[in-house]
Amino acid sequence: MSAEITDLTAAAAIGRIDAGEAGAGEVFTAWAEAAATDELNAYLWRADPDADRDNGEGPLRGMPLAVKDIFCTEGIATTAGSRILEGYRPPYSATAVERVEQAGARLLGKTNMDEFAMGSSNENSAYGAVQNPWGSGRVPGGSSGGSAAAVAGGLAPWALGTDTGGSIRQPAALCGIVGLKPTYGAVSRYGMIAFASSLDQCGPLTRDVTDAALLMRALEGRDPRDSTSVGIEGRVELPSRESLEGLRFGVPRELSSGAEGIEPGVAEVFERALETIAALGAEVDECQLPHAGHGISAYYVLAPAEASTNLARYDGVRYGMRAEADDLTAMYERTRGDGFGAEVKRRIMLGTYALSSGYYDAYYGRAQRVRTRITEDFTQAFEKFDFLVSPTSPSVAFGLGARTSDPLAMYMSDYCTVPMSLAGIPAISIPAGLAAPPEGGEELPVGLQIAAPAFAESRLLDASFALEREIGFGS
Amino acid sequence: MIDREQVLHVARLARLRLADDEVEQMARELSGVLDHVDKIGELDLEAAEPTTHVVALENVLREDEPQPSLPRERALEQAPDSGEDGFRVPSPQA
Repeated sequence: MSAEITDLTAAAAIGRIDAGEAGAGEVFTAWAEAAATDELNAYLWRADPDADRDNGEGPLRGMPLAVKDIFCTEGIATTAGSRILEGYRPPYSATAVERVEQAGARLLGKTNMDEFAMGSSNENSAYGAVQNPWGSGRVPGGSSGGSAAAVAGGLAPWALGTDTGGSIRQPAALCGIVGLKPTYGAVSRYGMIAFASSLDQCGPLTRDVTDAALLMRALEGRDPRDSTSVGIEGRVELPSRESLEGLRFGVPRELSSGAEGIEPGVAEVFERALETIAALGAEVDECQLPHAGHGISAYYVLAPAEASTNLARYDGVRYGMRAEADDLTAMYERTRGDGFGAEVKRRIMLGTYALSSGYYDAYYGRAQRVRTRITEDFTQAFEKFDFLVSPTSPSVAFGLGARTSDPLAMYMSDYCTVPMSLAGIPAISIPAGLAAPPEGGEELPVGLQIAAPAFAESRLLDASFALEREIGFGS
Repeated sequence: MIDREQVLHVARLARLRLADDEVEQMARELSGVLDHVDKIGELDLEAAEPTTHVVALENVLREDEPQPSLPRERALEQAPDSGEDGFRVPSPQA
């Protein structure tokens, strides 16, 4: 008996369509029916399972795709997880969405997220928290928590997310799936609601590395509407590597097992992954990223500073909600006070403070210089190594509510992922195994993060593929 | 440390109305985050150039050709209040 359509990866489903064993419309309906059973609060909007479906043209053959609610979709509600955008129906679609649709993908649903992508647990959504499919009462990570939970929970074959400081990689790790943050500039940001423009990047969340490559191939490319986009030279190759011979893997001391805050269970799985890398023929050696430990500090100045300017546009004038008031300034202040959630307000305040007169040099200016140092650290490390590996997240999925009263503890969730974001380089999280949380209980997924030099996505996916085969971890 | 007055000043700059209890909480939380961030003050960064953009790009230009823009009625469609072909707002000096 053949597997159910919803048990297949996207690439396998496409294979079945090509073999004439399934119709594209049938595949879409199967997934739309699966999405309709969502009990994780992963979706904010879902496509109608009975809608008239196509043909299956293009390389993606009509495959359904879940899309984070941060991407504008023409005529379809887009909230970015915020009350301030409640009811907003964009007059245009994001380039990333247009590109995957041109390649034949079809919108399956819009996924829940931390408000304006600010968060590491999905608890900052104005539309309710998302449950991790691995254990009720656990967070799926964030900010692309709905996308990760949908893929891991069998509610979508694959999904689009965005990553500013770890928002694709960390939820992928906590939900036991694959998540790729591409090089800054690989994918257009046009129509992707802005959080921190010098860091934001769109990428895939998938069941396996092959699907990530397939989706990445459709996504990347220069877009005249985003002048920071450059695309990837050549095309993204589908991975096929079986050994890691001849490759050098660096283990940054600052981000690996001994680093502060990394749970023992996570460290143990990570050490086993290093053994697997060596067993596949790679050289594995310790290295240093001396400034990586300052990543969180730099990031939590730069990202909020950029956010405070980007979010100035939500003023109750052109779109979204408005709180009525007698004069204009009061209308702005009330709209923003009522429309934004606590974390978004905190970041706007932090960013406005860091950019305000008298503090600019001490905070924003210094953080930009730390960013330069971190980028230099990576450049030096990549002179000796092809890839750098670390745990993706210091912890396994934590409990709902466990970190909501301590912003800094929540921010530390991004400890291992933020340095790559600041340097603009690509990094992937692949499932590496399971570990029990420190307080005990059911084992939960641990992600392995692999980082590569800018625009080396094809090589990164190829090495990840070899590792994925060897680790043999299925979600 | 950030005090109540500073919080109110920054909130005014950011056009953000905060409830009384939010002001106290914000002062406490921002102080906590800034304490951590202050660690970058210990680094010697004199010789480091500030990063504004991570990809080497300069003078990204396009052809100067007119393109159709969003029709006026589409642009106004999502506004909470519109009229006379524009966005309507309360008076700046009510």
